Amino acid sequence: MDSKLAIAKSEPIWNTNVRVISIIAGLIILLFALPLFGMNSFYLHLFIMIFMHAVMAQSWNVIAGFSGQISLGHGAFFGIGAYATSFFYMEYGVTPWISIFFGMLVSAIFAVLIGIPMLRLSGHYFAIATLLIGISFQVVFQRWDLVGAASGLWVTMTPEDSWSALQFHSSKAPYYYVFLIFFLITFFLVWLLSRSKLGYRLRAVRDDPQAALSLCINVSNYKIIAYVISAIIMAPMGSLFAQYILIIDPDRVFNIEISIIVLLITVLGGIGNVWGPIIGAAILVPISEYSRIYLGGTGGAVDLIFYGLILMIICIFKPNGLISFVPKDILERKKQR
Amino acid sequence: MKILTVENLSKSFGGIHANRDISFDVEEGSILGVIGPNGAGKSTLFDLITGFTKADTGKVKFFDKDIFGISPDKISNLGVGRTFQKLKPFADQTLLENVMIGAFVKEKDIKRARDRALEIIDFVDLIEKRHHFAKELSTGQRKRLEMARAMAIDPKLLLMDEVTGGVDQKTIPGLVELVKKLKKTGVTIITIEHNINIIMEISDNVLALDQGKRIALGEPKEIQNNKQVIDAYLGTFDAA
Repeated sequence: MDSKLAIAKSEPIWNTNVRVISIIAGLIILLFALPLFGMNSFYLHLFIMIFMHAVMAQSWNVIAGFSGQISLGHGAFFGIGAYATSFFYMEYGVTPWISIFFGMLVSAIFAVLIGIPMLRLSGHYFAIATLLIGISFQVVFQRWDLVGAASGLWVTMTPEDSWSALQFHSSKAPYYYVFLIFFLITFFLVWLLSRSKLGYRLRAVRDDPQAALSLCINVSNYKIIAYVISAIIMAPMGSLFAQYILIIDPDRVFNIEISIIVLLITVLGGIGNVWGPIIGAAILVPISEYSRIYLGGTGGAVDLIFYGLILMIICIFKPNGLISFVPKDILERKKQR
Repeated sequence: MKILTVENLSKSFGGIHANRDISFDVEEGSILGVIGPNGAGKSTLFDLITGFTKADTGKVKFFDKDIFGISPDKISNLGVGRTFQKLKPFADQTLLENVMIGAFVKEKDIKRARDRALEIIDFVDLIEKRHHFAKELSTGQRKRLEMARAMAIDPKLLLMDEVTGGVDQKTIPGLVELVKKLKKTGVTIITIEHNINIIMEISDNVLALDQGKRIALGEPKEIQNNKQVIDAYLGTFDAA
């Protein structure tokens, strides 16, 4: 018996699959190299949108996939991030690099304020409550004159490209790299989170709150922590998006569609899995962008029909998302017998 | 030394008295068996002690600390572990991960939490199943998982709800042996059990409940011959 225990203890805590690590490293290098091969601005835009949506979906994955709370109002944190950078830049000339952190801070504060009462609600009730909160943010910003009300904020454009103002007019490549770096940092941090004590405890809260309580886990606090982390991940995407398009208004950055799309991406890719949002974004974002090109403004909602179809197929045949197509021996939690 | 003191604990749901004025105490290092027919209030009593359900009135003391009305996570943090009648494994996680979640209470470092979890999994004889998902384990194995997970928080007092409930006859002796082995580690145990033979075999004292009330408390032999207990189990015949 002792020897079996000794063998078990000598196992590495995580399987490190050299092949998988090299593939990931290769992909990262490729992503950094891509713009050097003269990608046209459409492809740069496509990749920027994939990076952005992958991070947004990852944000939703932390609250829904890790801690089991379905939020339907996550767009609110995206909007807060967008308004924080634009507002402070235009009013006080604060560089977006700093106001990104304002956005994160304000989002975190709202996550605590919303989370304390709302996370007492369970299941569907929490989902409905967050849906209403998401909509109410849009309504408030539509009427708030300080931030431009319904017409929103038109970010003052710099005469030329500027890293300090985070504005690039001559090429999308700098945006590409900024989004790519945020994407990589976010995924690395969430990957660390999933392997940390906190990650274990959040999964416990998700799988069985009562059992979690019996293991000294303060379930409400952990839900709030997950919600705050999730909000902090979402806000910078709003900030960067605002700098990318330079015009923000409540209909765009507080749109309910944002909250829905992060859900679709995550569920498609694989909820509760760090890789799920990447896979989901890499598939859904191109569908959305191409349908917009080929079907134009009139076909604006056609991508949603596609999403709906794909999601139905996934839910029926692969409820764990596309990640479940990845062979088991590559996944981290492989069984050793 | 008394590890747990319960005084006049009561709880009603609507008009139903689930627990009425229940009092007892438990000596450190002993096993208290709790018996009673279905609906006697055994599981409710566990929920009241561990804070999962708020009692209406009464007193609960863990050593000298008043734990009445405290939240379940705080009570478990003081050293009160529990298992559930309706098993609650973290189904989509491996046995090792399940136990590690408990082990994190004592060990902050992931490697040490892992090693501690492995030792406990070895203690409950499931070391070969450590990488199996909880949903793949048999009921008996999942009972062991719950015991291991509760032990991982290093409890002074362990409440076990129906260790042998719902498992086949062949599995029962192993689980009973495990409870005895557990007692040897010094942990105090309160266990709900339907199988009277097992209760008599393992318990130092037995608490009998019926319709939410304590009807007897004493050593197994006394309880076996207690008229009220026999009546509660077999029913009485009222010659009107």
